[in-house]
Amino acid sequence: MIKELHQKLINKEISAVELTRDYLARAEAKNSELNAFITIVSDSALRQAVAVDRKIKNNEEISLIAGLPCSIKDVIMTEGIRTTAASKILENYIASYDATSVGKIKNAKAVILGKNNCDEFAMGGSNENSGFGPVKNPLDLERVPGGSSGGSAVSVAADLAVYALGTDTGGSVRQPAAFCGVVGLKPTYGAVSRHGLIAMASSLDQIGPLTKNIEDAKIIFDIIKGKDKFDSTSQEFPISNQPTGRTGFQFPINFKKLKIGIPKEYFVKGIDTEVESAVREVIKKAEALGAEIVEVSLPYTEYALAVYYIIQPAEASANLARFDGIRYGKRAEATENLIEVYKKTRAEFLGEEVKRRIMLGTYTLSAGYFDAYYKKANAVRKLIKQDFTNVFESVDLLITPTTPTSAFKLGEKTSDPLTMYLEDIFTVPINLAGLPAMSMPAGQTKSGLPIGVQLIAPWFGEDVLFEVGEELERVIRNM
Amino acid sequence: MLIKEEVQHIADLARIELTNQETEKYQEQLGHILDYMEKLKEVDIASVTVSDSGTNDLENIWREDAIKTQDAINNSQENETNLIDMAPSVENRQVKVKSVF
Repeated sequence: MIKELHQKLINKEISAVELTRDYLARAEAKNSELNAFITIVSDSALRQAVAVDRKIKNNEEISLIAGLPCSIKDVIMTEGIRTTAASKILENYIASYDATSVGKIKNAKAVILGKNNCDEFAMGGSNENSGFGPVKNPLDLERVPGGSSGGSAVSVAADLAVYALGTDTGGSVRQPAAFCGVVGLKPTYGAVSRHGLIAMASSLDQIGPLTKNIEDAKIIFDIIKGKDKFDSTSQEFPISNQPTGRTGFQFPINFKKLKIGIPKEYFVKGIDTEVESAVREVIKKAEALGAEIVEVSLPYTEYALAVYYIIQPAEASANLARFDGIRYGKRAEATENLIEVYKKTRAEFLGEEVKRRIMLGTYTLSAGYFDAYYKKANAVRKLIKQDFTNVFESVDLLITPTTPTSAFKLGEKTSDPLTMYLEDIFTVPINLAGLPAMSMPAGQTKSGLPIGVQLIAPWFGEDVLFEVGEELERVIRNM
Repeated sequence: MLIKEEVQHIADLARIELTNQETEKYQEQLGHILDYMEKLKEVDIASVTVSDSGTNDLENIWREDAIKTQDAINNSQENETNLIDMAPSVENRQVKVKSVF
């Protein structure tokens, strides 16, 4: 989609301003229904488009994404544009600098339409935790779009943006991509700079693209990836295009030499039968293309969710301590002293799920419980990571469902937080291990809801995901 | 299971004021979630050395002790103003807060 639009721009079949107006009109018209945007910035978007049109007119060379309208999840900082993290506590906050990933797409002359709605501080799997109201799934308005990057997935699915930048801490790019029928990439930990991302869980967060197809995901990833002096955990790719893992792996990928692992722990009771058969169908297609399919085991999978819901709230409770009503955001009125300012500000302006996770993290980090929870969780996290190291010695890639079910109804899981957390069961192990993974469409349920299949590669194996994914994309389209 | 006083204590540490109703709700929900974590007790971690947080192996990075150019200083002063302007209460380029006691 990006290459086609780029071609149209340089052939002068359409101007960047026309394209931007077209997307803006749709974004504005659909927002009352879908609520995918918290902020739309028409003026600056049009200014960015005008600048690209000038370059085209002067026959200057432009990047593939120049002049193409996109949207950014509202936990990612955009200079001069309101950045709320979908929280009432940051309702009036204007970012004073760009996130590195935003700076990179701006350098490539992207047109930024606005900021996408999401779960507050990216905490949630349904986009029902936003301080600015829930986002609706464009395929069925009674259903959730997934979360936390719900608004970003909806923007791409409903053609309100060509692509979007989301963030994935435990599945927050992949799960909404699956629920909305688009492609979502969670890069290797360290592949994309987190500078300017409002931190939730620093050892798990990654910024990743949501796109219409895999070619587009690769284009955006190649622009935003790379080492950044402002994020000490960011890394250059070790060897160009060479993933870690099984030796002798070569590009371009020959399916006849490809070995795909199917982790048995991801096909268990509780997974929806339509989801399972769609994913099994994709595996069959991969086999028909010549790949060798082997069943593998990741024995520590069953502990991943417990580990995740200790580590993630623990890190979040520390990261969110800065929202105290002093340096930015809202401050509660009618307070007597400093400690009351903190307590009342946080009580008044943080949402229910955010408070729940801050308290959970505070508890597991508190004296007397630290060893039993946080320390134990970090040890088990290592075992989970070791599981993946082991299987990638014998296979090149893993295929699993992205989620146990297709999009559920609004309100269906809000009363019991643990039920909502179980939604992340197939995505959190990947963040704990720091691996790259991608969700891509794998057909639909009988009632027309999208199903996602998840491809998992060894560390820095993004190109494996793209190459294998594009082959599978072709055959799935003909399914 | 958590007792009510524990929930209050956590909320104090987390600097969040809770209503009675919220305390009861979180008591039940957090208890439920923590019960689920009990699962980890089954795992033997005797063989695991916990020295990292699970991220890729990293080395410490030092910043060069270099003098900033005038441009960089001007830029950072502008940035400073933008940052200070975001505080809810400001006086003479200083963030204003309530007294500690």
